Amino acid sequence: MYFPIKQGILKRTVGYVYAVDGVSFQIQKGETLGLVGESGCGKSTIGRCILRLYKPTEGRVFLEGRDITDLTARELIPYRKRMQVIFQDPYSSLNPKLRVREIIGEALRVHGLFGSDQWQDRVRELMAAVGLHPDQMARYPHEFSGGQRQRIGIARCLALNPNLIIADEPVSALDVSIQAQVINLLDSLKDNFHLSYLIISHDLALVEHISDKIAVMYLGDIAEMTDVKRLFQNPKHPYTRALLDSVPIAKPGAKERRKARRLLMGDIPSPIHPPSGCRFHTRCPEAMEECKDMRPLLLETEPQHWVACLRYQKG
Amino acid sequence: MLLEYRSLQNSLEDEPEVSRFSLLCRKVWQLRLGTLGGIIIICLVFAAIFAPVVAPQDPYSQNIMKRLMPPCWMAGGLSEHLLGTDHLGRDILSRIIYGSRVSLAVGISAVLLEVAIGVALGLLAGYYGGKVDSTISFLVNCMMGFPFILLTLSLVAVLGPSLQNIIIALGVSGWPVFTRVARIETIRLREREFVLSAIALAFSVRRLLIRHILPNLMPSILVIATVEVARAIILESLLSFLGLGIKPPTPSWGMMLAEGRDYMLNQWWLAAFPGSAIFFAALGINLLGDALRDLMDPYLRKA
Repeated sequence: MYFPIKQGILKRTVGYVYAVDGVSFQIQKGETLGLVGESGCGKSTIGRCILRLYKPTEGRVFLEGRDITDLTARELIPYRKRMQVIFQDPYSSLNPKLRVREIIGEALRVHGLFGSDQWQDRVRELMAAVGLHPDQMARYPHEFSGGQRQRIGIARCLALNPNLIIADEPVSALDVSIQAQVINLLDSLKDNFHLSYLIISHDLALVEHISDKIAVMYLGDIAEMTDVKRLFQNPKHPYTRALLDSVPIAKPGAKERRKARRLLMGDIPSPIHPPSGCRFHTRCPEAMEECKDMRPLLLETEPQHWVACLRYQKG
Repeated sequence: MLLEYRSLQNSLEDEPEVSRFSLLCRKVWQLRLGTLGGIIIICLVFAAIFAPVVAPQDPYSQNIMKRLMPPCWMAGGLSEHLLGTDHLGRDILSRIIYGSRVSLAVGISAVLLEVAIGVALGLLAGYYGGKVDSTISFLVNCMMGFPFILLTLSLVAVLGPSLQNIIIALGVSGWPVFTRVARIETIRLREREFVLSAIALAFSVRRLLIRHILPNLMPSILVIATVEVARAIILESLLSFLGLGIKPPTPSWGMMLAEGRDYMLNQWWLAAFPGSAIFFAALGINLLGDALRDLMDPYLRKA
C-alpha cells in the first residue's frame, strides 16, 4: 500500500507565482520523506497542496491510491482524517481561546468517535503519548512553553489516527535543545501509531536524523531525491553539494574538512520570474552552455537516485 | 532577592507618614477604573430594575403648586424633592431613575441588534471573500456614507416613535462599524495556523466561524460595542430631545433635556441632572467595557 503524491503549478491571477512547478514524488507507507530547501522554494506550498488546503492548479494528488485533487470539501472529509499536519509556529497553531483538552479533543467529538464521557480519556492518552502531563488539560495554550505547544499540536493531529503526517518546519521555531526532543518524539511515534511522514525543513541535519529519503528542492523544482545515506555520501546535484558544503563546520581548523567548499553567491531568484532553462543555472558553479536553455528532467541516474541536472543526462 | 524585598516592605511600614498615604493611593489605583465603571453600571441597572422601590416619588404625578423647585441643598428646596422639580411639578430624581430604564433598554438592545447583524455579515465577508465580500463591503460603504443621524431619524419618522422602533432604527443604522472590524479580523485570522488545522481536521465552516474565529473576534467587538452602547444612549436622548423618541409622559433623559431647555438660565437643574445622568452612564459603560475586554483575554486573566 503506498501514497503517490504529485504536484503541479500554483498560480495567481495578477501574475504567476511559480511556487511549485512540476514536482512529483511518492511516499511509501511507513516511510519518512524529508523535503529540504531554502525559504521560498515551495516546500510549504507542496505540503498545503497535499492537505488540500489549496487546490493545485495542475497536477494530481493521490492519497492511498485515490485521486483527491478535485474533491469538494464534503467529499474530502474521510480523506482528511487520514492525513494531518503539524505547523511551524507553536504560538499561532493553537487557538488561544480554547483549553488544551478542547483543542486536542475537538476532532474526537466532532467526528463522533467518542461519547461525551470517553473523549476526555482519549485526550489523556494522547497527551501522555506526546509527553505531556494529562492533568494540564484544562489549561490554556499560553501557559505552555513553545516545545510543549508543539507537543499539543502533535497530540491534536494524532487524534484522528492519521496515516500520513505532514510536518511543516516542526521545530524551526524552537530552541535547539527542545528541537531534539520533539524530533525524537516524532520518531518514536512513528512505530506506535503506524505513521508516514513528510518532513518539510530547511535544516539538513534534522532531516538526516529522521528521514528515510530526502528530496532537495530549489525554486519550485526537485533537484535531487534519494535515500539519506546516498545523499550525504554521494550528492550529485550541484545545489545539493553547495547545501552540504554550507553547513557550518564544528571544528573550523580541522584539516580533513578543509577541502574546497563551493559556496553559492547571490540570492535566490524570484518565483515570479524564474530563470530560463535550469532554474539553478544562474548560481550554479558547474553550469554549462545548455543549462540556460534546457530544463532538466528529474531522472533516475542510478537505481533509486533521481537527479535533475543536465550534467547527468548526456547521451 | 526575596529577602531583600521583604526587608524593604518592613522598612516601609516602619515609617507611618509615608506609608499610609501611599498605601491609600495604591489602593485607589488598584481599585481600577473598571471596577468604578462596574459600580456605576450596577447602580444604573439596579435603579432601572428596582425603580418603583428606589424612586422617592411617582415620576408622573404633577403638582403645579410645586413646580420649578430647586434641589434640596439650595434655598427654597425641599427634602422630598432631592433634585428639585420640573415645570410640571414632577420630581426630577424619580424621573431620572425611571428614565434609566429607557436608556438602558435602548442602549443594550440596539447594540445587541447591531452586533448580531454586523458580526454575522463581517464573518461571511471576511471568510468567503470574492463576490460575497464585494457585495457586503459595498453595502457597508454605502451605509457609512449616510449620515448616521439622518438615517436614524428617517427610520424613526417612518416607523413612528416607540421604544421598539427606536431600537430597530438604531440597530439597523449602526451595524456597519461592526462588519468592518469583524471582516478585517476574520481575514487576519483565517490565515492563522490554528484555523488551517481546523480545516485539515475537516471541521465544518460553521464550526470554524463560530468556535474558532468568532471567539477571537470578541475582544475587538466588545470594545466597540461598549462605545456603541454609550452612543446609543446619547442618540436616544437626541431623538427624544427632537421629539422623535419616547412619547411623554414616560420619562426619558433626552426628553427631560428638551423640556429643560427653556429653563436653562434660572432653573438649570431641569437639564443639568438628566445631562449628568447621560454622561455618567456613558462613562461607566466605557470603563466597564475596557475592563471586560481585559477579563476576556485568557492571557491577561491569568496575569
